[in-house]
Amino acid sequence: MGSFRKLSEAIASLVHDGDSVALEGFTHLIPFAAGHEIIRQRRRGLTLIRMTPDLLYDQMIGAGCARKLVFSWGGNPGVGSLHRFRDAVEKQWPAPLELEEHSHAAMANAYTAGAAGMPCAIFRGYQGVDLPSVNSNIRFLACPFTGESLASVPALRPDVAVIHAQKADRQGNVLLEGIVGVQKEAVLAARRSLVTVEEVVDDFGPRSPNAVILPSWVLTAVVLAPGGARPSYAQGYYARDNSFYVAWDAIAKDRAGFQAWIDEHVLGRAELPA
Amino acid sequence: MTYTASEMMTIAAARALRNDDVCFVGIGLPSAACNVARLTHAPGVTLIYESGAIATRPRVLPLSIGDGELCETALTTVSVPEMFRYWLQGGRITVGFLGGAQVDRYGNLNSTVIGSYRRPTVRLPGAGGATEIAASCGRVFIVMRHHPRAFVPRLDFVTTLGHGPTGRERRALGIPTAGPVLLVTDLCIFEPDPETNEFLVAAVHPGVTCREVREHTGWSVRFAAEVRETEPPAAGELEVLRELQARTARAHGTAAAE
Repeated sequence: MGSFRKLSEAIASLVHDGDSVALEGFTHLIPFAAGHEIIRQRRRGLTLIRMTPDLLYDQMIGAGCARKLVFSWGGNPGVGSLHRFRDAVEKQWPAPLELEEHSHAAMANAYTAGAAGMPCAIFRGYQGVDLPSVNSNIRFLACPFTGESLASVPALRPDVAVIHAQKADRQGNVLLEGIVGVQKEAVLAARRSLVTVEEVVDDFGPRSPNAVILPSWVLTAVVLAPGGARPSYAQGYYARDNSFYVAWDAIAKDRAGFQAWIDEHVLGRAELPA
Repeated sequence: MTYTASEMMTIAAARALRNDDVCFVGIGLPSAACNVARLTHAPGVTLIYESGAIATRPRVLPLSIGDGELCETALTTVSVPEMFRYWLQGGRITVGFLGGAQVDRYGNLNSTVIGSYRRPTVRLPGAGGATEIAASCGRVFIVMRHHPRAFVPRLDFVTTLGHGPTGRERRALGIPTAGPVLLVTDLCIFEPDPETNEFLVAAVHPGVTCREVREHTGWSVRFAAEVRETEPPAAGELEVLRELQARTARAHGTAAAE
């Protein structure tokens, strides 16, 4: 049963050193506030899982939280490189970063398999390319009916999934809409889950019967964190701060500039008032 | 009307899309080309972004693959697993429009590393959707700026299969889709030789010489028996592209407006 908590308490009780953690969000609804709290609590040795490790994982990697990254696209969308990610891979700073690298199709299928309680995902992919030669978690099997060679990857089963959503109701059910990415799958695949929300409402009101709703009983903790997805966006609340994504390129380019930014904007700042 | 090499590239790439195409759109250069097509000769084209937006009609070019603009102007938005499983793997998409950091003469793409995988000189973003887009879409169009460091004889890493390292592997694997059928640059247009699958220069843009194409290509480039000259951008095409870029720059700075 998802219980309402303060962000600092929720992170302290759900995210431990050495955990595998998926902070998901496909451009939209990226849980920045929760990620920043993980940085503030100085978690170490995390396996960070995410299809698109953009600025948030760049910050968490640069801040020394990560031991390993499971991912499929690590860039600053429309801008260029993630400099902290590159520094970790190319120069092992601030620590070596083990990579388990996939394609988007593989990650999306692996979350789905995790949510469905399957040991692995099976899909058509990875033919004739080099990723299987550097990732032993990419294997092939023959379809038992047609003989077709299909790709397989292990299901993703994170210790913790962390997502941001638009609304929770008083019972702790959560509604998200817009580009919904893989968040539902990540939550259902994970052992524990934390959802930060823009607002808590008495009732979700008129909605499509097919709205994406995560019932409170599949969630571990719900946290009110208005603006918790900034500088990404929350459809219906605020737009993506594209200028910050552009500015991040210069901020993260060198280590000193990055550390000054983290000190001022994350470490030196308490969690957003709820 | 004067125009830049970059404008010629985007417009030449846009022209390749048909009104009845269903197109999986990569971010950056492909996104600009696809939206110019939609706003000119192909108003019926269906644009799909991997974030889940189906039949989207953005007023400005998105900076990321998942800007709110894409969802707000889409017919519907599905989850990412549904996008990759039902729509892409399900074989419902006619064209995949891709870019990359490196391309070779058989249309294989590298967006993973420069140098070795374990000790890369440059760590690039990685595969994203490209690997399965190139395998599952009916045909693949590539648009890239023409530079010898990008147009290489041998890729450092095969992120995305074109026709294979010797041009034959795709066929040998029994992949039923056509693979790369077009490569548009700011200098010229390549099309594959029907026998060998090697990209041959089929057309050069106005004012570009064959020597320039050779100098900008890292492999010993070959030309089709008859090389056409690309039709220069029409006034209407340029107007649409420039208005789109101006709207985009007003919305979120010049970075997304290329």
